[in-house]
Amino acid sequence: MAEKDVLIVAEQRGGTIRKISYELAGIGGQLAQKTGGELVAVLIGEGVQGAAASLGKYGVKKVLVADGPAFKLYSTEGYVTAAAKAVEKVQPGIVLTGASALGRDLSARLAQRLKTGLVTDSVGLDIVDGKLQGIRPALSGKIQHVVTIPESRPQIASIRPNVFNVPEANGPDASVETLDHGVDAGKIRAKVTEVRASAGAKADLTEAERIVSGGRALKAAENFKIMNDLADVIGATVGASRAAVDSGYAPHAMQIGQTGKVVNPTLYLGFGISGAIQHLAGMRTSKVIVAVNKDPDAPIWQIADYGIVDDLFKVTPALIEEFKKLLAQG
Amino acid sequence: MKIVVLVKQTPDTETKPKITADKKRLEEGEIKFVMNPYDEFAVEEALKTKEKIGGDSTVTVISLGPDRVVETIRTALAMGADTGIHISDPALDSADSYATAVALAAAAKKAGFDVIFCGKQAIDGDFAQVNSRVAETLDIPQINLTTKLDLSATGGKAERRIEGGEELIEFPLPALISCEKGLNEPRYASLPGIMKAKKKPLDKHDLAALGLSADAVKPRLQIQEIRIPEQKRRGVKLTGEVTETVPKLVKLLREEAKVI
Ligand SMILES: Cc1cc2nc3c(=O)[nH]c(=O)nc-3n(C[C@H](O)[C@H](O)[C@H](O)COP(=O)(O)OP(=O)(O)OC[C@H]3O[C@@H](n4cnc5c(N)ncnc54)[C@H](O)[C@@H]3O)c2cc1C
Repeated sequence: MAEKDVLIVAEQRGGTIRKISYELAGIGGQLAQKTGGELVAVLIGEGVQGAAASLGKYGVKKVLVADGPAFKLYSTEGYVTAAAKAVEKVQPGIVLTGASALGRDLSARLAQRLKTGLVTDSVGLDIVDGKLQGIRPALSGKIQHVVTIPESRPQIASIRPNVFNVPEANGPDASVETLDHGVDAGKIRAKVTEVRASAGAKADLTEAERIVSGGRALKAAENFKIMNDLADVIGATVGASRAAVDSGYAPHAMQIGQTGKVVNPTLYLGFGISGAIQHLAGMRTSKVIVAVNKDPDAPIWQIADYGIVDDLFKVTPALIEEFKKLLAQG
Repeated sequence: MKIVVLVKQTPDTETKPKITADKKRLEEGEIKFVMNPYDEFAVEEALKTKEKIGGDSTVTVISLGPDRVVETIRTALAMGADTGIHISDPALDSADSYATAVALAAAAKKAGFDVIFCGKQAIDGDFAQVNSRVAETLDIPQINLTTKLDLSATGGKAERRIEGGEELIEFPLPALISCEKGLNEPRYASLPGIMKAKKKPLDKHDLAALGLSADAVKPRLQIQEIRIPEQKRRGVKLTGEVTETVPKLVKLLREEAKVI
């Protein structure tokens, strides 16, 4: 029934559904259960029809598909128009997107088109007194806002990657419907002409579940090799502090922090990072934080769960061996 | 070319927040306010664009907020912008991203623009919505998270950051560009610039001047409470020989934290 339904904007790239879509299905399903509505998804892309039904495994009942060459690459105008059409059709009470580059771009524009509120970057969502209540970090994570969208509908929220659990994939296939999206590729003004993948096929920092991060103490670009070696062993992505980036040890795409990326891994390991407030701004919501620093008074200890007070050049090789041993045991 | 920059005044990054008794706002007393760091990239890009396009190009800075935001507008004027607009109205006291965008868009329209620059987000609310909402209100394309820009009088090419790479975008003007770190190195305001800024025009607009009613800027989002998040930390700090500390750490990560 309309108004009770929850619509998620599923994400794919190159026809492959992204993990954030399953996280959306997880929290979307919980909210739909509380509102007594259905969980519906809209999937936008080219050649994505085939992948749509599988969203059912994660609890989605129905998938509206906007498929066509106009959606081969992401464009704000094309994707927002298709998402707005899905909203018009489903009349959901709640719309959820990822707080990914795509989801953030899309959700804010969609919210303005629908003249409604948007809870960006949610880390908690619930139904309280019949309304969506969101918890979102602000001031670089130093505070949290508890917010609602009192009157306008739908209530839109974007969710931070890696916060909400992926449900078990045991549901039946979703029903799939073609969405009459009304997007004319020729009318899209800002066109993506190319997508360039950055080097290394590892998970992007913003989505990574494990991160190994190096600071100024690494002393040279070559030394980041030990960070890479460790990351390879535990399946992590490598990040860096600004000091490491400014010193030329790592590219800016690897920078974590206020002027770098905001990350939210299950495990963050920081090596030779002092823990300046601007760095914490990017990683303080990590579930488990490990520090390796020779200074027992470095600020990083204030938020570290575990750590070793020692020289990282001694600790890292030993850590690589120890993890290898452990993981070989299974 | 008419260039507009949207700037916000935000607390300095070192700010230790104190929450008011009603839990709805931050105590302003001890806060040091600065130009939102991402907006510095926007001002810089606006000035570079003016220098590149030349002719009778102008840069207009627009900011919304209490009287103190005039300082931030003056900073942008001191960097080299030509005119400033300060939007101020009691009806905007609890403005959310929606209301802010409606008012900023109206001011940009009134000033006239070919391109609008803004930061990718403000570091106080971290909402990252105003940029896209302004673009939607004005029905112009948006290029968010721009890290490279090549602009001409009629359009441009941009690179924007996405997960695991970059998107290359071509677009016509008018358009809105939200700026990401890496786009440029913001200049400092020079002493002569600061002197000159004092004489540059700075208009104050209320809602009526923008042709808006209080109803048009009714917030869509309500902050019910501001909290300081709990940090439950285990705080296990190991010292000693690596032959002991390293196996102990790995054991804790597996058995206690259960993350490996
Ligand atoms: C506006 C602004 C924005 C900023 N944005 C960011 C940002 O996005 N991200 C960011 O990270 N920073 C940012 N910074 C910079 C930040 O303030 C710090 O300067 C930076 O994070 C420090 O990096 P670091 O910890 O690697 O280096 P340092 O502060 O130099 O710390 C190095 C640490 O390594 C330890 N160490 C040294 N040698 C060894 C060794 N052999 N073994 C073990 N430990 C060792 C030292 O004890 C020290 O604690 C920003 C600053 C400003 C003003």
